[in-house]
Amino acid sequence: MTRTLPAYESLADFAADAGSVAGHRPWPRVVVDTAAWRWLGRELAAGRWSLLGFWGDTGQVHAAIADDEGLLVATLACPDGRFDSLAAVHPPALRLERTICDLFGFESAGLPDPRPWLDHDRWGVLHPLGAATEVPATGADYPFLPAEGESLHQVPVGPVHAGIIEPGHFRFTVNGETVVRLEQRFGYVHKGIGKLMAGVDLMRGAELAGRTSGDSTVTYALAFARAAEAALGVEAPPRAHWLRALMAELERLANHLGDIGAVCNDASFAILHAHCGVLRERVLRACDAAFGHRLMRDRVLPGGVAGDLETHGYAAIAAAIEEIGKRFPALCELYENTASLQDRTGGAGVLRAELARQYAAGGFVGRASGRAFDARRFAPYPPYPRLAFPVPVLAAGDVDARVRIRMLEVDASLSLVSQILERLPAGDLWVTLPAGTGEGVALVEGFRGDVLAWLRLAHGRIERCHLRDPSWFQWPLLEAAIEGNIIADFPLCNKSFNCSYSGHDL
Amino acid sequence: MRKLLFDSLLKGPLTEPPPAPDEDALAELAAAVKRKARRRLGRSLAIRAVDAGSCNGCELELHALNNAFYDLERYGLRFVASPRHADVLVVTGPVTKNMREALERTYAATPDPKWVVAVGNCAANGGAFAGSYAVVGGVSKVVPVDLHIPGCPPSPRQLLAGLLALLETSAG
Repeated sequence: MTRTLPAYESLADFAADAGSVAGHRPWPRVVVDTAAWRWLGRELAAGRWSLLGFWGDTGQVHAAIADDEGLLVATLACPDGRFDSLAAVHPPALRLERTICDLFGFESAGLPDPRPWLDHDRWGVLHPLGAATEVPATGADYPFLPAEGESLHQVPVGPVHAGIIEPGHFRFTVNGETVVRLEQRFGYVHKGIGKLMAGVDLMRGAELAGRTSGDSTVTYALAFARAAEAALGVEAPPRAHWLRALMAELERLANHLGDIGAVCNDASFAILHAHCGVLRERVLRACDAAFGHRLMRDRVLPGGVAGDLETHGYAAIAAAIEEIGKRFPALCELYENTASLQDRTGGAGVLRAELARQYAAGGFVGRASGRAFDARRFAPYPPYPRLAFPVPVLAAGDVDARVRIRMLEVDASLSLVSQILERLPAGDLWVTLPAGTGEGVALVEGFRGDVLAWLRLAHGRIERCHLRDPSWFQWPLLEAAIEGNIIADFPLCNKSFNCSYSGHDL
Repeated sequence: MRKLLFDSLLKGPLTEPPPAPDEDALAELAAAVKRKARRRLGRSLAIRAVDAGSCNGCELELHALNNAFYDLERYGLRFVASPRHADVLVVTGPVTKNMREALERTYAATPDPKWVVAVGNCAANGGAFAGSYAVVGGVSKVVPVDLHIPGCPPSPRQLLAGLLALLETSAG
C-alpha cells in the first residue's frame, strides 16, 4: 500500500502506463489498486485535477477525473464491499459517495459523513442496486448538523415549497436575519432511475434518460445517446449531429430566457419576468412547430434523431430567433439601467472562485466565478468544432454575474442557432445500432452545465447506466454562497443557481 | 422601462382566447363536484401545486400558464403559496416513496371542499417510472383524484382546457 507512483504529467500518461480496459470509449478506463486510488485522491485534493463523477457498480466504484486535456475513468474494485473514502480527502465527492453507500451498500472507509443521502428509510428495500434486502420502511429521523450559539434559531423550509418548484428541504440556522448555516436535504424525488435502467434496451434507456431532469431533456437524451454510440463504436450521421445541436441550443435559450426573468422576479422586478416569459414561450412554440414537442422530449435517440426539420419548422425557428434578437437587447438594457434591481443582485450570494474550481462547478455557476469550463470546448463533439461561439467568463461570482453570463449565453445561442440553420447538412437522420457490447462515456453541455453519462452494454442491453447532473457539484456551493446573506435573499440566490432536484435525486 | 411600457401599450395584447373546456375532463368531473361546493366557490379557484416526484417537465408548463399568452388569472384561477389558501391541489409526478408523506400532509392541510388534479402521465399511473422500488405510483394511490390531465408534459393549452372544465363544473 505504500507503493510510490511516478509523477505523471497528465492523466493520459497515467492511463498509458497503467493500461486501460478494452472496449471503453472514447476516454480510457483504468482499473487502479488502492495505492493508485489514494494517489488520485491526493492529486484531486491538491487541485491538480477535477472530479467530474463518482458512482457505484457491481463490486466496484468508478470516478471520472479530468485534467486540461481529457477525461479518465478510474475503477477501484471493492471485493469485500469496502473502498477508501475519496470524500475524506476531496469534499466534492461527499454526496456522491453517500449515494454509493445508500444504493450499493458499500462501506466507505473514512467517510466523513456517514448519514444516508438519498435513502430516507421509506423504500422498503435496503441497497436497491446491491443486495436489495427487504426492510420495513420506518422513515427514521434525519439528524441535521448542529449550529450552536446564543440567539440562533432554525427555519425549516420544504420539501413542499411556496412556488411551482421541485421538492427539497432547506434547514436554515439564522442569527436575526443573517444565515449562519444552510443545510440541504435532498432525495425526495428519487425515482430509482439507476435500477430501472438495469437490463433494459437502449430505447427504454433513452426514455428514462430524457425524463431525468425535465428542463434538460435534450441534454440528457444527447448525453445518453453519445455514451451509447461510444460504447458501440458507431457514429450518428452528420445531419443528426447538427439537428441535435440545434435542439440543444434551443433548450439552452428557452431555459436562460425563462430563468433570467425568474431571477428578476425574485427581486420583485416583474416586468422583466413578463417579457422574458414571452420570449421563452416563443422558443417553445417554435420547438413545437419544428420538432412536434415543446420541450423536444424523445427527439434525440441513440443512433440519431427521431424526425427531420421540415420547411415550416425551419421558418418557425428562424422567426423566433429574429424576434428574440430584436427584443432581448432592450431587456438587457433595462436590467443594466435599473439600480434598484442591481442593488439586489450585486454582491448577493457570492461564490468564491476557489470553491468553484475545487468543486468543478459547471455551467454559468462556474463561469460566473472564473471557471472557464464548457464541455462544448473541453471535449468538443460535432458539430461544435465547426461553429463559432464565445464562452463568457466573469469573476464576481454573485447573482448579478450569473445573470450576466446567462444574458451573454442567450446571444451566443442565438448566433449558434442561426449558424446551424444556415449550414445544416443534408443526409440521413439515424443509423441502426448493433446489439453490441461495450462501455461508453459522454460529457454534454446543457444550460445548467456538463452532464456526464456512463453506461455498460452487453448484447444491446444496459447493464449499468449512471447519469450525473451538474447540480451535484453546484448544490453544495449554494450552501457556501448563502452564508452571511439575509434569509430573505435566499430565493434570489437559489434561483440564480437554479440547480436541479430531479437530476440530482435520480 | 418607459419605452418598453409604451411599446406594450401600443401593441395589441399577446393573450389568446381560451380553449374550450375539455369534454373528457367535464365528464370525469361531473361526479366529483357537489352542490355545496359550487355555491361556496363561485368562479374563482386557488391552486396549490405539489411536485410529488416529477422530472420538472410538468412544472415548466404549469409556469407557462402564467405568461402573457395564457394569462391564467383572467379566469379567476391563481396559484397560491400555501395549501391552506387552496381549493385545488395540482399534483405532478409518480408519487415517490420519499414524497408520499409530504403529499398526504399537504392534502390534509387543504381546507374542504377541495379537488385534486393529477397532471401528467406519471401522476396518472407512475408513467415511465411505474414499478420502481422508489415510486408509489399514480397520485390516486395516495389521495383521491378528481381530474387527470394526461401528457408528458401536457401543453399549457391542455392544462388550461382541463382547469377550465374544473371551473365550469365547480361554478355549476
